[in-house]
Parts: sequence; structure tokens; C-alpha cells
Amino acid sequence: MTGHAVPADRGPALVDLLDRLLAGGVVIAGDLTLRIADVDLVRIDLHALISSVDAIVPSPWEAGT
Amino acid sequence: MNPTHTRYLYAYAVVRASDAVAGALETVTGVADGPVRAVRHRELMVLAGPVPATDHDEQGLAEHLEDLDWLERTARAHQRVIGAAAAVAPSVLPLRLATVFHDEEGVRTMLGARHEQLLAALDRLDGRTEWGVKVHALGTGRPPGAAAAPREDTPRAAASGRDYLRRRAAERHAAREGARHEDDVARGIHTTLTALAQETRLHPPQNPRLSGQAGRNVLNAAYLVRREDGPRFTSAVARLAERAPRDGMRVDLTGPWAPYSFAGTDASPESP
Repeated sequence: MTGHAVPADRGPALVDLLDRLLAGGVVIAGDLTLRIADVDLVRIDLHALISSVDAIVPSPWEAGT
Repeated sequence: MNPTHTRYLYAYAVVRASDAVAGALETVTGVADGPVRAVRHRELMVLAGPVPATDHDEQGLAEHLEDLDWLERTARAHQRVIGAAAAVAPSVLPLRLATVFHDEEGVRTMLGARHEQLLAALDRLDGRTEWGVKVHALGTGRPPGAAAAPREDTPRAAASGRDYLRRRAAERHAAREGARHEDDVARGIHTTLTALAQETRLHPPQNPRLSGQAGRNVLNAAYLVRREDGPRFTSAVARLAERAPRDGMRVDLTGPWAPYSFAGTDASPESP
């Protein structure tokens, strides 16, 4: 186990956290007064930002939902 | 209404109503350095905290979410609250980052509308934690039986154009075989771990610019595991991680996490 991606003092690596916070969690679609529906766009924006520097590596299989 | 003083409610998680959980969260600092309180409705409560409306209305969020520093501060504060809740509550249903309500009334309305569904999700996740496993192919492995491609053993001067093309084709073939072998190994790891999990979810591969990790991310998976099966799961990962370098791979474990990757799957159909 290498485990170097998890510095103990700072908690989990940001990228692992964002995988979960931007693509996981319950999406509330009920009767609320304000809802940010576009959070997934952040991920896309970040990827767009980064993919201009290097190409995104394709997954060997489809990502689950 | 002066917008600079208006507060919205940032919602972190849904848990079963409990004084102990509400009490434990009183000392935790949430997003925007705000406190965390419980908003109750029947058997449920939402852990939420006040945030400045100007930073958390639609426009404010759209701007802030582009800012990686702000995103990191918010994500870590969100995680801190979820972690504190998971330490005391048997089941925690994390909400997606940046779920913001105008006020407590909005939170209660939501809890009322989705009461059964949220309770069912809490039942499903009770006593379960999430583990993350990432596999990176370092590009150093060679498929079993693949002979090392003949390199420069023939003097360059003697190589014809046809020799050159043949060599390039052989190299491309070896690279393709190598990648296929790496994918097979990753698939094998996923199959092994799936057998030890209640549910699995594949996240998109991580970009090395964000992760800072060397190699090609061939598996970025989350596993929902019964708490009592945790040691069995992590030992299995440790064994796979030990064997991985032989295949030119690296296996990393993260967690235990609150079940972020499994909170939404059955709990959020289109209509409440």
C-alpha cells in the first residue's frame, strides 16, 4: 500500500473529495427556494481547463452512474 | 432586505433526528466558518448552517465554483461536517456540494416532500461505509509472454525504411497489448473487490493534473461495504496493492468515507 495520496494532516486528497462531492451526495430536487443545479458543470469546467493542457485519459470501460 | 446581511442555509446532510447528533455538531465549524445546526421535521433532520447569501446565491456560487481555492475550502468544510456527523450517527446521507436553501422553512418543506424516500436511503446505508480504490498503470509492466521488442540490435545504418516501419508497428502492438493487460488487471481487481462489497460505483478516471499521480488512472471506484466487513475489504486491497507492482500497477485505498457515492443512486428519482 503506497497511500501517499492521503496526507494525514489535511484529510483526503482534494481530487478524491471532489469526485464524491460533485458527483455523489443526494441531489435535492424538491420544493426548495434555491437550488444550484449546475454543480456538475464545475467538473466539466475544471476538466476543460485542464484538458487544454493535456488530454483526458479515457476509461477502459464506461463510468457507472 | 439588505443582501450583504442576508443569510442562506447551506445543507450538509440528512440524518435521523437525534439530540446526540445535533449536540455533537454544535462545536463543528462549517462552510464560511459558520456554525452547524439541525433543522428537524418528523423523524429526520438536516444538518445545515448559515452562509452569506451574496456568496451563495446562484451568481455568487457560479463565480466561486470556478475558484479552486474557494472550492477546496468549501469542500473541506463540507467534509468536516459530514465526518463529524458520521462519527456519531449510524447513518448519514450526504448532500451534493452547494445545496443551499433560503431558510428553515424550505428545508422542512423538502424533508416533508421526500420523507419516505430519505428514510429508505438512510436504512439502505445504515452500518455501511464507502471505500475508494484507485488503480494506476505506470506503463512499466509487460504482458506475460510478450518478448521484449527487438530494439536497436541491428545497426541503424542497415535499417531500411521497411525495417523501420516494421519496428514501429511492433512497438505499437506491444503498447496496445500492454494497455490491454493493464485494463485486464484493473478489471480483475474490480471483480475481486466487488465480491466483498454491497454496491459499487465507478467514477471517471482522475486527471493527473488534478491528482498529481503518475501513470494512467485505469480504475477509480467506490465500494459500499458493511462496517463489519471493513477489515476484510482493506486486507484484500492491501494484498492487491502488494501484487500490483509486478504488473506495473499501483493500487491506492482511500476512506473510510461517508457513503457519498451511494447516496444518490436510489434516493433521488426525478420527482419527489
